Amino acid sequence: MSNEFSIIGKPTAMVDAAEKTTGAGKYTDDLSLPGMLIGKILHSPFPHARIRSIDTSRAEKVEGVVAVVIGKDAPKTYGILPVGHDEYPLALDKVRYVGDNVACVVAITEGIAEKVLELIDVGYEVLPAYFDPEESMKAETDLIHDQKPHNTEKDYHHIFGDPDKGFAEADEVAEARFIANEVTHAAMEPHSTLAAFETDPHTGKPGRLTVWSSTQVPYYLQHKLSLVLDMPMAQIRVIKPLVGGGFGGKSEVIPLEIIAAVAARKAQAPVKITYTREEVFWAHRGRPRTIVDLKTGVKKDGRITAVKARVVQDGGAYCSYGVVTILYSGALLGALYDIPNIQYDGYRVLTNKPACGAMRGHGTVNVRFAFESQLDELAAKIGMDPAEIRRRNLLRPPCITVNGLRVQSYGLPECIEKTVERSAWKDRKGKLPKGRGLGIACSHYVSGAANSIIRSDMPHSTVNIKIDRDGGVVVYTGASEIGQGSDTMTAQIAAETLGCSLPRVRVIAADTDLTPIDIGSYSSRVTFMAGNATLRAAQEVKKLIAAAAAKKMDCTPEDLIFRNDTVERKNGHVGKAAIDRPAEQSSAATVSGRVEGQILRGSLQQKRKDEGPKERMTFEEAVVAAIDFHGALTGTGSYAPPPEARGGKHKGAGVGPSPAYSYSAQVAEVSVDEDTGEVTVHKVWAAHDCGRALNPVSVEGQIIGSVWMGMGQALTEEMVWKDGMLMNPGLLEYRSPSSVESPDVEPIIVESIDPEGPFGAKECSEGSLAATIPAIANAIYDAVGVRLHESPFTPERVLAAIRAKKNAKALNLTEGIDPTAPQRFREHGGSLWFKGKGPERHPLDPSRHEISAGGAD
Amino acid sequence: MKKELIELRVNGRTYEVAIEPSALLLDVLRQELELTGSKRGCDDSSCGACTVLIDGVAMMSCTLLAASCEGREITTIEGVSEHGSLAAIQKAYGDWGGAQCGYCTPGFIMTVKSLLAENPDPSEEDIRDALSSNLCRCTGYNQMYEAIRSAIAAERQGLATVK
Repeated sequence: MSNEFSIIGKPTAMVDAAEKTTGAGKYTDDLSLPGMLIGKILHSPFPHARIRSIDTSRAEKVEGVVAVVIGKDAPKTYGILPVGHDEYPLALDKVRYVGDNVACVVAITEGIAEKVLELIDVGYEVLPAYFDPEESMKAETDLIHDQKPHNTEKDYHHIFGDPDKGFAEADEVAEARFIANEVTHAAMEPHSTLAAFETDPHTGKPGRLTVWSSTQVPYYLQHKLSLVLDMPMAQIRVIKPLVGGGFGGKSEVIPLEIIAAVAARKAQAPVKITYTREEVFWAHRGRPRTIVDLKTGVKKDGRITAVKARVVQDGGAYCSYGVVTILYSGALLGALYDIPNIQYDGYRVLTNKPACGAMRGHGTVNVRFAFESQLDELAAKIGMDPAEIRRRNLLRPPCITVNGLRVQSYGLPECIEKTVERSAWKDRKGKLPKGRGLGIACSHYVSGAANSIIRSDMPHSTVNIKIDRDGGVVVYTGASEIGQGSDTMTAQIAAETLGCSLPRVRVIAADTDLTPIDIGSYSSRVTFMAGNATLRAAQEVKKLIAAAAAKKMDCTPEDLIFRNDTVERKNGHVGKAAIDRPAEQSSAATVSGRVEGQILRGSLQQKRKDEGPKERMTFEEAVVAAIDFHGALTGTGSYAPPPEARGGKHKGAGVGPSPAYSYSAQVAEVSVDEDTGEVTVHKVWAAHDCGRALNPVSVEGQIIGSVWMGMGQALTEEMVWKDGMLMNPGLLEYRSPSSVESPDVEPIIVESIDPEGPFGAKECSEGSLAATIPAIANAIYDAVGVRLHESPFTPERVLAAIRAKKNAKALNLTEGIDPTAPQRFREHGGSLWFKGKGPERHPLDPSRHEISAGGAD
Repeated sequence: MKKELIELRVNGRTYEVAIEPSALLLDVLRQELELTGSKRGCDDSSCGACTVLIDGVAMMSCTLLAASCEGREITTIEGVSEHGSLAAIQKAYGDWGGAQCGYCTPGFIMTVKSLLAENPDPSEEDIRDALSSNLCRCTGYNQMYEAIRSAIAAERQGLATVK
């Protein structure tokens, strides 16, 4: 995009690409230690039950079994949110979902551990279970958590401006219920943790704990381990190996991570536990099923006058990120368009299913689906083009929204223009053959939450840099690379700032012993926050080098240019030509894989002898000069969001504010088969304002990946439940799309150059997901004239809507339900409703005893 | 179950391993031979992260008994680069963003090798069809197609060696 930088903005292969493409890189399950044991977890078969007794003696007797751990071995609660410490690593007195963790067998082989699980005798007292959140909210007895009346984890009620007046002023009002069904991250790498204690030479007893884990948040893991194991954090080292995807599923501490450490403590040997794919589904922490009752008012000129949203989230059995999720649902109604009056009522409800947590786009996604669909509907009512109605409601930054969010860089107008242009929207909208349509939608996301989960005045990221005599630049960052490219971002920022070649930089990341804290890879904060910390650390080291080089070159530090492994004096004869000419150790071929910037020992020793001012020095010479003056070169940089970005003072105001927001506008082109209801997405044009694309290849990859994941939620992905039992805990049944089901996505990078982002960069990994779902819904409307209010838009739902529109008799498959206006969750999830006799149920199955509380349909 | 001795030829070398007769090839590769490049991503042969070549044909090692692979030429991801250099497809995956978290990458590369060995000039549709045996959650597949096209072009120009 611009030539002012030598590394930033250039397509760059990831610094760990070779590890990944050769299979040499190690993920947690690839690791092993001498004497390592394998752990297998016994899960609850009931959605809600008290544990009356647990007898592990039969299991412990088996040859090869080293230990069996149960709840009593770690009777301390934890949770990702300070207000949500409601989980035990292994259930102590109650199990609250099918899949809850009851015991762990540790044995010398996986086979033995697995076989022995059934020898653990657990006496359950089955309790009534809750599956429907609107029913669960009415509960008076058999609460899932005793301290949460009506099974409501949290509810919020916000009024900004004067919504009633706003609706009164509106010329058109739309009101509808939307349901987004439950989806999960399904990262390709299942969760895995390896825990090992060292022996302390002074006490002779087990001392320090080291844990390798597939995590997005090594520091939160360190913290929760210290809580549950009752050990100081300083005695716990968490190391993050390669992580095979997270998307939020690893952004909190997952039970197996603590169970492995507890088991290692009891077995007195290293313990590794890796989830099966089924267990990953049960661990979940994905996006909750959500009911959105939305009402929006607009004037004839397209201006939105008021929005009222009531959101109910089916949060599952534990708090997890719940309080944050329900707040995001309301908060990010703001900061995209200019909405003067907002009423928000949010309910996070507990049910007896695996807990929901944070998933790409968090609580904003399902509300955005409802809002962008409803806006489309209102555009049709007032006879305005859907792209135009969005243009009528743009913010005028810099500004603070009615709900306290500060907006500075705002690339949304350009995103809309570009996506409208590339899709030939103006020429083709409304003119495509029947059954084919275009839809537009917008979305946005935070570039990191301005307020951290554990509130304090401490920085959110700190980065250290060391440069020593070998001329290598080592960056120590807590930032967790999970496939999004944060290690590469770190190297790029350091190299650009120091003017050295990229291969000279080595990134050491996410090891709590070595790297300073970064609070984690979630809410898309890493580029903005850890990137800024890296920038500041590099600038600090650069100052030291510049001071020494300036002395040697008889000028001031401001006269120096650091570029291409060279430090040069700015003015005079060594002008532009010298800057553009690659140095001997050129960094031009950043994707060549050649090793750049080798120090020639001879030349170093030689250069130390020379005297007299010069026009330029190599990077190594400058480093050596600086070490002469200062000793080893180290720099440290920290970042914490500025107070102006931290939001308002109302209850729950802490969630939503961000130092910067990314913006996305998308057009989807779809075909709908009116006979089968099948939707084919031909193409999505996705324009995303990322501030500045530090690495265009990575940015485009993140845009495409998030659009693709949004498409998955829009068309095929859904967790299907029956009496609290997940019916499709497998990748094919869950319908994660393969290559033949995935559309062409054209990513369009928009750069609004944020004033506070590192080199102007903002996030690019979550903001685009939300817009894809309504873009497809709106395209379906354009194609066949039906509005879908429930995702995913499976062929059954689309077909039922088409038939309902034609006043055709509804198919038996969805009897009794109006598919265009779902009133409640169908507990079966999908639209297939089996009313037949079915197989004989287990004697203890709750639905057989008719004691399911409020769950029956 | 008592273990028995089998001989496996992996990446051009012969190994003698003691295994239980029910041992899966994926587990033997990852544990006995410590070739951890092939991955386990699912319980039911649905993701393809374990793909290896058996006599040049892409197959899922999680669904093969190790014992039944005696006498076959097994190629894993560790056997793809030659003389310590990245093969064209490996380089291209890095350059074009075909790998993000990298977990599915070994499986995809083996599938691509199998495809290109059989069909050196595949159409867009051929590529999509061939890749449908492997699942990815990060990339949405688009950049993989660019990587594959680039690798084909690079090989044609002889810039890299691929077996």
